Amino acid sequence: MNHIQDNFEPQIVALCCYYCAYAAADLAGTSRIQYPTNVKIVLFPCTGKVDEIYMLRTFEAGADGVYVAGCLEGNCHFLTGNLRAKKRVQYAKSLLDEIGIGGERLEMYNLSSAEGQRFAEIALEMTEKIRALGPSPLNQLKLKGGVTR
Amino acid sequence: MNSKKMKEDHLEDRNEKIGAVLVVGGGISGIQASLDLANSGFKVYLVEKSPFIGGKMTQLDKTFPTNDCATCIVSPKLVECGRHLNIDKLTLAEVEEVKGEAGNFTVTIKRKPRYVDISACTSCDECSKVCPVEVPSEHNAELTTRKAIYKPFAQAYPNAYTLDKFDVAPCKLTCPVHISIQGYIALISKGKFQEAIDLVRERMPFPSICSRICNHPCEKNCRRGLVDEPMAINSLKRFLADWEMINGNGPDRTVSITHDDKVAIVGAGPAGLTAAYDLALLGYQVTVFEAQNEAGGMLTFGIPEYRLPREIIKREIDYILKLGIELKLNSRLGRDFTIQDLRGQGYKTIFLSIGAQKSRELRVEGNQLGGVFKAIEFLLNVNSGKKVDPGEKVIVIGGGNVAMDAARSAIRMGAREVQVVALESREEMPSSDEEIREAEEEGVIFNHRLGPKRILGYDGKVMGLETLKVKSVFDSDGRFNPVFIPDTESVIQTNSVILAIGQIPDLSFIQKEDGISVSSRETISVHGRTLATTAAGIFAGGDAVSGPATFVEAVASGHHAALSIDAYLRGEDPAKVVSDEEKRIIDMREDEINEKIRKGQIKKRARMEMPSLSPEQRLHNFKEVQQGFTMEMAVEEAKRCLNCGICSECWQCSKVCPPKCIHYDDQPRLEEVRVGAIILAPGYEVYDARNSPELGFGRYPNVITSLQFERLLSAAGPTGGHIERLSDGRKPQRIAFLQCVGSRDQDHGYCSSVCCMYATKEAILAREHEPDIEVDIYIMDMRAFGKGYDDYYNRAVEEYGINYIHCRPSSVKEMPKSGNLLIRYQDGKDGLKAREYDLVVLSVGIEPCNSSLSLGQKLGLKLNEYGFYQGDLFQPLVSDRSGVFVCGAFTGPKDIPESVMQASGSAALAASLLAEKRGSLIVEKVYPPERDVSTEEPRIGVFVCHCGSNIAGVVNVNEVAEYARDLPGVVYVETNLFTCSQDTIHQMQERIKEHNLNRIVVSACTPLTHAPIFQETMQGAGLNPYLFEMANIRNQCSWVHAAEPEKATEKAKEIVGMSVARAAELEPLTKFPIPLNHDALVLGGGISGMTAALNFADQGFDVHLVEREKQLGGMANRIHYIFDNRDPGDLVSSLVRMVEGQPRIHLHLNTVLKKFSGFVGNFRSTLSKKQDGAIEEEMDVEHGAIIVAVGGQEYSGPDYGYGKDERIVTQLELEERIASNNGAFKEIKDVVMIQCVGSRTKEHPYCSRICCGEAVKNALKLKEIKPDSRIFVLYKDIRTYEFMEEYYTEARNKGVIFVRYDDEHLPEVIVAGTHYGQKGEIKRERIDSDESKIQDAGDDESKRSNLLRIRVYEPILGEMLDLSADLVVLSMGVVPAAGSEDLSRLLKAPIDKDGFFLEAHVKLRPVDVAFEGIFLCGLSNYPKYIHEAIAQAQAAASRAATILSKKQLEVGGAIAEVDSEKCAACLTCVRVCPYCVPVINTDGVAQIDPAACQGCGICSAECPARAISLRHYLDKQIIHKVESLFSGVA
Repeated sequence: MNHIQDNFEPQIVALCCYYCAYAAADLAGTSRIQYPTNVKIVLFPCTGKVDEIYMLRTFEAGADGVYVAGCLEGNCHFLTGNLRAKKRVQYAKSLLDEIGIGGERLEMYNLSSAEGQRFAEIALEMTEKIRALGPSPLNQLKLKGGVTR
Repeated sequence: MNSKKMKEDHLEDRNEKIGAVLVVGGGISGIQASLDLANSGFKVYLVEKSPFIGGKMTQLDKTFPTNDCATCIVSPKLVECGRHLNIDKLTLAEVEEVKGEAGNFTVTIKRKPRYVDISACTSCDECSKVCPVEVPSEHNAELTTRKAIYKPFAQAYPNAYTLDKFDVAPCKLTCPVHISIQGYIALISKGKFQEAIDLVRERMPFPSICSRICNHPCEKNCRRGLVDEPMAINSLKRFLADWEMINGNGPDRTVSITHDDKVAIVGAGPAGLTAAYDLALLGYQVTVFEAQNEAGGMLTFGIPEYRLPREIIKREIDYILKLGIELKLNSRLGRDFTIQDLRGQGYKTIFLSIGAQKSRELRVEGNQLGGVFKAIEFLLNVNSGKKVDPGEKVIVIGGGNVAMDAARSAIRMGAREVQVVALESREEMPSSDEEIREAEEEGVIFNHRLGPKRILGYDGKVMGLETLKVKSVFDSDGRFNPVFIPDTESVIQTNSVILAIGQIPDLSFIQKEDGISVSSRETISVHGRTLATTAAGIFAGGDAVSGPATFVEAVASGHHAALSIDAYLRGEDPAKVVSDEEKRIIDMREDEINEKIRKGQIKKRARMEMPSLSPEQRLHNFKEVQQGFTMEMAVEEAKRCLNCGICSECWQCSKVCPPKCIHYDDQPRLEEVRVGAIILAPGYEVYDARNSPELGFGRYPNVITSLQFERLLSAAGPTGGHIERLSDGRKPQRIAFLQCVGSRDQDHGYCSSVCCMYATKEAILAREHEPDIEVDIYIMDMRAFGKGYDDYYNRAVEEYGINYIHCRPSSVKEMPKSGNLLIRYQDGKDGLKAREYDLVVLSVGIEPCNSSLSLGQKLGLKLNEYGFYQGDLFQPLVSDRSGVFVCGAFTGPKDIPESVMQASGSAALAASLLAEKRGSLIVEKVYPPERDVSTEEPRIGVFVCHCGSNIAGVVNVNEVAEYARDLPGVVYVETNLFTCSQDTIHQMQERIKEHNLNRIVVSACTPLTHAPIFQETMQGAGLNPYLFEMANIRNQCSWVHAAEPEKATEKAKEIVGMSVARAAELEPLTKFPIPLNHDALVLGGGISGMTAALNFADQGFDVHLVEREKQLGGMANRIHYIFDNRDPGDLVSSLVRMVEGQPRIHLHLNTVLKKFSGFVGNFRSTLSKKQDGAIEEEMDVEHGAIIVAVGGQEYSGPDYGYGKDERIVTQLELEERIASNNGAFKEIKDVVMIQCVGSRTKEHPYCSRICCGEAVKNALKLKEIKPDSRIFVLYKDIRTYEFMEEYYTEARNKGVIFVRYDDEHLPEVIVAGTHYGQKGEIKRERIDSDESKIQDAGDDESKRSNLLRIRVYEPILGEMLDLSADLVVLSMGVVPAAGSEDLSRLLKAPIDKDGFFLEAHVKLRPVDVAFEGIFLCGLSNYPKYIHEAIAQAQAAASRAATILSKKQLEVGGAIAEVDSEKCAACLTCVRVCPYCVPVINTDGVAQIDPAACQGCGICSAECPARAISLRHYLDKQIIHKVESLFSGVA
């Protein structure tokens, strides 16, 4: 177990909206702001489209951490999408807590498209947090051979 | 047909209108006008003077009052405009000339070169990385630097670099051989010494020699000399030469002989060797014939070793000879061979560079005496090591470098006293300054303005020199023609005289049959440009042609000759080849540099002096005197360069540019376009705070401008959003904003309109970034007059604790040591106070743009005294030239929404002028029919991009490609250097056909900028554009994981894997056309409604104009005059006349909207008309768009005793009374006006915007009627923005007294003993009234008791004022029209908390409603002046026309879709959709109109039955993508 922890590189999936979070990730790139390689982005038109199911299925598939990143509150391109997403993230966190994966592995972030630096900070913050938490319990089971896919 | 009619027809023909519009200015106004026009069927030419569109808005961090990220909202506009097929974006362009008239203009446009081919540039940034030139970044408000080749920010459009380049820097231009001097200096400043010396060598084969002996005319022209001292150009070259000797690779150019022709060069001096070098590089066989036993000519024999060590000459000549040039020494032309011999040996061309080595004779008595030397022979002997003894005392005659060499050599040969006798004064002497200075240091005595009369001798030997004084050296034409002063003889004793008075070529070799002519100056005659002599194939150059000249001129002549000879041998006319440099246009920017010096943007710094041996160390030897710069000195000196050419012509960028898209020889060009209308939106400049020196900007580092602060706040700015002081990088604790810098002052009689709000925004953001920062804003009036602005201001005070100090400090002082700043200010009755700040931000105002004035001139427009175009208040967007419309800050300082409205409005005017030509010039992209792939298995093609080195430099692209090959569904993989380059795109279409690909994955950069390019490519190959997926392995991988190439490669594989997985699940989507109704409906028949309706009709649309009253005109019926004394009544009646006469307008008076349904393009409204007997009649109308122009009304309440006394009136009532009987006002002496009645109160917290102007207008009117009337205006802030400020100033000048009050000290009106306040009657125990303070009460007791009295606290005096008045005028606010709320529900068009209709986006969609197809204007949206309402009405018409003008609507694509089988009609979707699109249909299931769906997917995520899916984001597409990430892990 310790051995796993030492070399543990979490897989983190960022569910990003098109107008702000994805654009901020692009800007982090053009500004060459470095962050860990652990984060992989999935693009959505709006975080309002990010269903709880996607969050949970991502954990089921093998993610150690997931976060939803949308526009700043009040600045959603589709007016209220990010507020809807916020509620769903809260709900999904409680489900994750209930089933023992841990709600802290899922987060919601808001940032504007000009915040490349912030995007990188979030990526780092999330990676460090999940690294400290260790592999998702689902993945630990898989490693022990407890679950077959 | 009568003749008149025929004449008209003829006219019409000639003046046929053109369906295109020129928009000048690519800021947000210009972009908006262009988009509206292009989206409603007109071709647009968008002319922008800078290299990029977007204007000032792209520099902003956030926008008020919503704190929206400016980049987020402007970028989509840039992309839309950038990709629009019918908008030609002409960047770096300016209007040169406009001919023609409305409907048919011919415009000449001057295009400045960009030097970068936009179509080929891939924005890979390689060029900017190597560019050594740094200049202040305009985008970052000069807080940082940018390169000469640059793109200002990531989202900039065009998405291509631009090279900022003047034609040529003065140093390079002056240099006879045109070395890229600024280039090598810039490279030195970056430590790129090898690149620098290579650059020198491109034009100078002798860098070591040149750097020691060049007379460097470049330094004389160096612009740095205007600041302090010229750059040490030659010393820097010397550094490079020295550096190369120690560290460099040395020149290692190899050549191969590619021409059969042999060239003979006679004379191995600098001219001959340069020509030999160039010709050898061109592939010719070259033989050099040299008379002496060593090559080098005057370099070797004329220049003493202490200036030019022998080994250096030898090394440089060896480099040249290494190119395979044959050197024949001891071969003197005329002695050892003849011209004819050379011809006989097969030399087709001969270059005569024999120099001028024969000394001129001094024709005076005694010139044959022993001890008289000729300088050249003297130096030749010294330099070839022969023993020469000049004796103890030596006189050198001459003032050139040869004289200096002779004098200094004489000292080294043992002379004790050396005197120079020169005709010239020190300044006139042709010798270089250093030489004279060093000679002086070595003890040489100078005798200026002295000439030789005769040489005295005894016994055949020199004894002395008799001299005469010189009156003048040159004649009035500047020719050498010395005049001596008679009877001024004197004698200098000497042992020898060295004559250094010039040389001539020895032309004794020329024979008659050679055919070579000789000039009157005893030099070889040549054709000036080509250096061809009179003999065919024989060229001549160097001193042999020019007479004694400088080394660098000889080298130039060598280059020249080589070009000519090459042309000659290739059979071309040399005159054509060597005439190139005459094309150059020079822009030395001397004015600009002077301006920068004046403003202190360039700091003085002395020139670096090269270390040299002391006079003692060098006196009796020939050691090299000049010791050269150290590396540190060279870099330091190089940094002094002003970069006056901007581009330094170092050529580094073109060397690394992968697509080779940089073209230095681009030239400016003129283009002509034909358009029917012109819209001017040139924008503005911010005031240069350096012009207010008392505020310290430019002197104190911690005084910055608001634009700079904006950049500091920006996450994409120079500090990444950290607020730092420029002096020490420390976070400031206390910040002061100074308002009205460059506004509301002597030179700026206007208010800049936006500064109060942006300062508030910046203060709020500062507090959000760093909650412990304290912010004070020094302000005269807080002008928060726009929608939502006062709320924002209140939040700034209440939530963010920002402190507003009502005063204007006169100066800022810097504190020693801390760099803090001290501001003294007047604090009401407390007197003078002082506060210290860490940072001071100057809220700089708005000035007309530089090009406004020239535009005004070219178009014949009358600008106001400041340079804005201040239009007619009844036609605010119409210029005084027919067919030319104006918008944005060109018409006066204004905020973004106002500019955007004007832009749309001007587009509407242009569209109505050209309505008949709509659609005539637009193009539509036509694609081949789409291939049906629905039955095919996925056949995915993956294109992996290197992006130059941007991706491939980190990620192992080949490994990624190999990985992709094995992914399921992938049938084809390739890698590209640039996938987006034109050739690759073409190739991609071939690959799609070749491999029958049905899905494309491009693994490259970001879909935000590049997806449309590839999707179009697919469409061109017959593939549905939705079968595309992009893997962003640059922005999300290589760029952010640069230090971890292995991990980055792994991640890139994962990203590509995810994209391939999703691609396999993608489905083709189609958009389909639905018909639409082209009519409009306008609700409200006031000025706004009528204006909008008329514009629709002019544009060719039918329109229903619905007014609930029985007459048109609305609120304007109650206004009788405006600022320019015009009567709005005239406007109303003319509008009514036009409306009634316009057959396209269907007028419905006494009518209201009863029912409303449908969606954009297809609305159905039920109108209900009240007939005389209150019988209602209903009718249905269909329309494609609707405009809400229902207006507003005057606030009415019991405030300040309104309704209790007929002498208490509203501003409108006052106006009505004045209009009906202004004679009555002759009796009225004292008037008190109270502002903000029903505005800025708890119940109505917003500012009604127009009341300050109303009060000032009416106060001026009363003063006009009765000049001695006394008028008090009690106000909170006077909000006379833009040019209304002038009227405010006029009112104060005419004696109107303005008294500020605040919420703690509201005024009271006392009528017959009863006190009335803001909420009506004040009921309290004891009314505190100090009768003693009542002034001007008059004598008569009865009159006194009948007086209206007003009590108000005067903050400056700190006392209560008790005023009496004949009339109290209440400035009542504006409230929404009755029924607005019901209308809002009916239309599903939201209203704000104050009851006004809400725009879709407060900045960029100011007349759109979030519900598509509905637009708004006039007071229904917010209080505004008539001219603003007119512009907004026209804007609304423009926006609606973008819909109505479409032939059909395209709907579908990535939108939501309901599976009616699953739908339980639970209404969740109906509830959650932000646009109210889903409805439950007659079948009892949810239905989503594809025309209205915005594609956010909120409904789909919320639907409990999962009955709604969002196309293109189907569950399987998302989940498969996510799962693929882990498929290799488990």
